[in-house]
Amino acid sequence: METIPVEHGLILAGILFCLGLIGVLTRRNIVFVLMSLEVMLNASGLAFIVAATRWGHAEGQVMFLMILTLAAAEVAVGLGLIIQMFRRYQTVDISVLSEMKG
Amino acid sequence: MLELIWLLPTFPLLGFLALVLTGGTLPKQIAGPIGAGSIGLSFAVAALIAMEFVGSGEDYFVYEAWTWMSVGNFSPGVTFYLDGLSTVMMLVITGVGFLIHLYATGYMADDPSFARFFSYMNLFVAAMLMLVLGDNLVLLYLGWEGVGLCSYLLIGFWYTNPANGYAARKAFVVTRVGDTSMAIGLFLLFAQLGTLNIQDLMHAAEGEWEIGSGYAVAAALLLLGGAVGKSAQLPLQTWLPDAMAGPTPISALIHAATMVTAGVYLIARTHILFELAPSVQLLVAWIGLATLLISGFTAMTQSDIKRVLAYSTVSQIGYMFLGLGVGAWSASVFHLMTHAFFKALLFLASGTVILSLHHEQNIFKMGALRKALPVSFASFLIGSLALTAFPFTSGYFSKDEILLGALAVEGVGTWLWLGGVIGAFFTGIYTFRLFFIVFFGESNVEHHVDREVGGWHMNGPLIILMILALVGGFIHVPVEAVFSHGEAHDEHHVSGLIHGIMIAVPLIGIGISYLFFMSKTFSVEKLMSSGLAQSLHKFWLGGWGFDTLYNALIVAPFLFLARINRKDLVDSFYALIVTLSQAANGMIVKTQTGSLRWYALTLVGGLVIIVTLGVLL
Amino acid sequence: MILVTLIAILFVGGLVAWFSERISPTMPRLVALIAVTLDLLLMFSLLGAGDAGGWVATFEADWIPRFGISFYFAADGLSVLLLMLTAFLGIIAIGAAWGEITERSGFFYFNLLWTLAGVLGVFTALDLFLFFFFWEVMLIPMYLIIAIWGHENKHYAAMKFFIFTQVTGMLMLISILVLAYFHYVQKGSLSFNYHDLLNVSTAGSMGMWVMLGFFLSFATKLPSVPFHSWLPDAHSQAPTAGSVILAGILLKTGAYGLIRFTVPLFPEASMAFAPYAMALAAISILYCAKVAFAQTDIKRLIAYTSVSHMGFVTLGIYAWNEQALQGAIMTMLAHGLSAAALFMLAGGLQHRIHTRDMSEMGGFWPKVPRMTAVAIFFSVAALGMPGLGNFIGEFLALIGAFQANITMTVLAAFGLILASVYSLWVLQKVFQGEYRNADFDDSHLTDLSRREMIYFALMMVGLIWMGMYPQSFLNMSEPALTQLLTSTQGVAVAVLQGAL
Repeated sequence: METIPVEHGLILAGILFCLGLIGVLTRRNIVFVLMSLEVMLNASGLAFIVAATRWGHAEGQVMFLMILTLAAAEVAVGLGLIIQMFRRYQTVDISVLSEMKG
Repeated sequence: MLELIWLLPTFPLLGFLALVLTGGTLPKQIAGPIGAGSIGLSFAVAALIAMEFVGSGEDYFVYEAWTWMSVGNFSPGVTFYLDGLSTVMMLVITGVGFLIHLYATGYMADDPSFARFFSYMNLFVAAMLMLVLGDNLVLLYLGWEGVGLCSYLLIGFWYTNPANGYAARKAFVVTRVGDTSMAIGLFLLFAQLGTLNIQDLMHAAEGEWEIGSGYAVAAALLLLGGAVGKSAQLPLQTWLPDAMAGPTPISALIHAATMVTAGVYLIARTHILFELAPSVQLLVAWIGLATLLISGFTAMTQSDIKRVLAYSTVSQIGYMFLGLGVGAWSASVFHLMTHAFFKALLFLASGTVILSLHHEQNIFKMGALRKALPVSFASFLIGSLALTAFPFTSGYFSKDEILLGALAVEGVGTWLWLGGVIGAFFTGIYTFRLFFIVFFGESNVEHHVDREVGGWHMNGPLIILMILALVGGFIHVPVEAVFSHGEAHDEHHVSGLIHGIMIAVPLIGIGISYLFFMSKTFSVEKLMSSGLAQSLHKFWLGGWGFDTLYNALIVAPFLFLARINRKDLVDSFYALIVTLSQAANGMIVKTQTGSLRWYALTLVGGLVIIVTLGVLL
Repeated sequence: MILVTLIAILFVGGLVAWFSERISPTMPRLVALIAVTLDLLLMFSLLGAGDAGGWVATFEADWIPRFGISFYFAADGLSVLLLMLTAFLGIIAIGAAWGEITERSGFFYFNLLWTLAGVLGVFTALDLFLFFFFWEVMLIPMYLIIAIWGHENKHYAAMKFFIFTQVTGMLMLISILVLAYFHYVQKGSLSFNYHDLLNVSTAGSMGMWVMLGFFLSFATKLPSVPFHSWLPDAHSQAPTAGSVILAGILLKTGAYGLIRFTVPLFPEASMAFAPYAMALAAISILYCAKVAFAQTDIKRLIAYTSVSHMGFVTLGIYAWNEQALQGAIMTMLAHGLSAAALFMLAGGLQHRIHTRDMSEMGGFWPKVPRMTAVAIFFSVAALGMPGLGNFIGEFLALIGAFQANITMTVLAAFGLILASVYSLWVLQKVFQGEYRNADFDDSHLTDLSRREMIYFALMMVGLIWMGMYPQSFLNMSEPALTQLLTSTQGVAVAVLQGAL
């Protein structure tokens, strides 16, 4: 069976992670920030799976399952906070939430 | 009877306590008798003790009241030591002291703080007695500081005038400089000889130190520092003229008769130490000579009656120092006693003059007072004659002995003698300048003189002091046993010429004074017309610029340092720490923007840096 | 047991005082007075000869035996003297607070008593861990006293006091732990017991560092230049009772620490350090006397004079011979009284005219003759007049120090001159001269009340007693000092031989 080289998988994971990171850093809309976070989580999940396949271990798959659960919980809490935020401030712009500055 | 010696300081101390604990509220009718009476009782006891002591033929008597403190081998007691020297001193202090107290009950009668005045006076006498009776240097130091305190309180007695307060502080601080030197001397003596009991100390010093050894010189110099401070000798003489700010009886008691002679007492008491340090002893003589000449010149230019007398006091103590320096110990003590008589007389008489003229002290606003103030006139006449060493007055005998003692010194003796004689010449001039200007000539009195202030308690002491000033020279000072091995020149033969000179020189001084201020044969104005004379006059009037010098060298820098460092330099270091942490806080707090994206960015940035470092290293 | 009782009375008394405020606002001061007086009376049972080591009372109970920590209290003559000073000045401080503290009086007296309890603990604890515990106990209530009942700039002053003491206290804690570790290395077990630690060898450079930890902490408390700058702020801002406790007692804990712990625990390091400590002492004396002279705030001025006088204590301690040590102790006692009295006077003035600025005062003598007399007495005592306690202390300290270090002693002796400069300047500024009241309301400028006179009279009697018959105090501390001196004698000889 023709296997995809492990490097390709890792590079794809890295690109996804960077895309997500850039999204987190540049987006002002908090919904997009949350989505970018999801991308980053999944990128790391992909890296786990690639690595696990390469070494033939099951732990990577287990880690990915855990990341999935984590992401689900995170999205649930995050969306809840976003709704609260929208109710309070009538906006989803993250930069208005800068009251805790020194 | 001798055991009752502890009563001597106790009476004045009780008087002090009685006056102080009642808060100075006692009326004059009670405070006066307490104040003067306590000293009178002391004098009575002193006289009885002195009679018994001299009669007994013993060399000394020791009475220990209690051990003051005992720490290791350091155990000074509150112990009284009576010998010929302390006998003379205690009689002078209580005797003259009593007369002055008596006089003061009249002089201070109108002062609202009458009781306060006598409380200080009593404390002073108590401290002075401790000074002369203490058998160890620590107890002597107690009296030494105690009299300094009383001097401070009494100079600043009329405290509402800041100038008096300044004079008082100056007196205290300047003498404290000397006191500190003396204290260091005590430390040195104790560290080297292991005791501060004066007699033990002298024996130990004789036994352990050779003549001229470094320790002896250092110790003698340090003690000399204390002596010049208290006795207003060069270079610490500047406080005494200012000290005249106090009431006149104070000037008589403290700043003429007793306290300022404490330095003379100290050196006489520790004379063995000074004999072990001949260079320092000679220094004492030179200090005395320089002081007596400088203050003699200064006295000629003063216009304040009390300042003239103050400078003359400094000058006469200079004679005593000269005597000490040449080893004429008993002559110095003798002069100390006669000086106490005639200078107390002069001061008290000047007090009467001042009070009669409604607190006028400028001699050029007096004049022709001999009719109006007969008692003062008589007192001044006798006092001045004794001061100028007019033959067969008390001052003549004592000054004569000192000068002969100086002459007996090998080498520099002639110069010392000559200096002393020149000093006597100027003594004649300035004393009778004062006398002629105040009591003869034209009257420049501004306020009418109603009558001479007097009464028995003011005139009585004057009369007694007049007698003492006249015949005090015939009193025998019983100090042979004290100075038994120090005086070799008792039977020194001097030619009649020398005696003639010593008698004639003061008389010439008086004569010159007469020509200037009485007959006006010579004119002071003409003398003063030249520029040199004027600047010299100004220089002398200011006391040879010592005050200016000390102000520039010590006082001004100290004040400057105090002023620039009011905020305490050290604290600014801690303030710097505070400022730095606040600045750091200010900078770091800026990174707390509250922006989520900024935090995320720094997080990533930090991560990148750490990973890079981890890879590179 | 008596030592624990003494401390417990104050702890419990403090709590009772706090709660008694609910009954009546004047109750707390009464409770406090009773507690401290009871303590003072109980202390009289401590007078008397001790055992061979000079200890008059001991108490020992386990605390954390695993680490060698125990409740170990012991008092010898030195401790007893300081205990009595503490209780005496405690009463005086309550007197000073009597009319001054009206707000939250319950909490105030709670803090006052707890501070005193801490001080008693410091003077008696011989387990170093316990010692450190009490060291902190006396700090925090004092901080509160300044921070709550202080004057215009109280928060700054209280914080400064706290940070200075806390930072150096931490250094001491580290030193204590290292010392216990030394014991572990050398003897195989941890111990914080003073007597055990005395047997630990602390020679070498590590010993020097550990010693410096102790020294810094105590020198800050003492205080000595350059760690003194918290004191003027704390004093000028604290309420009068706080100043009395601070100047009279808390400063003495530093000196006590030096005598009891620093030198005996680290004899070699202390010997080597002595010249520097004596130099610091001489600098303290001269520098702070000079700064004191420049002050216009009367409380700051007195605070600086305190630093100056405590310099004589440091000087005496590091001369480490019998005269010098006795001098240091006498100075501690006498300065405790005279400084407390001067602060009470300053506090009394401030209470009456609501200013501490001397440039606004002058000529008060005719208005307040009794206060003037008292002020003259204590100023004169402070400048070292023979016949009063301060003289005995300073003279003994100097005469002892002269045998150890001539240069520093001579320098320190110049402090006697400067002392007279600033003391007399205060008298001149406040009481002499023309009366002036342009800048303040003088309707409350009344003479000392009878109650105040009683306090001052007590302190005067104390100073005269110390000055004229110091033997009663010297005798008490003598066995303790002999013990300390013999314990370090071997080292002194060794050091001398090494030098030869």
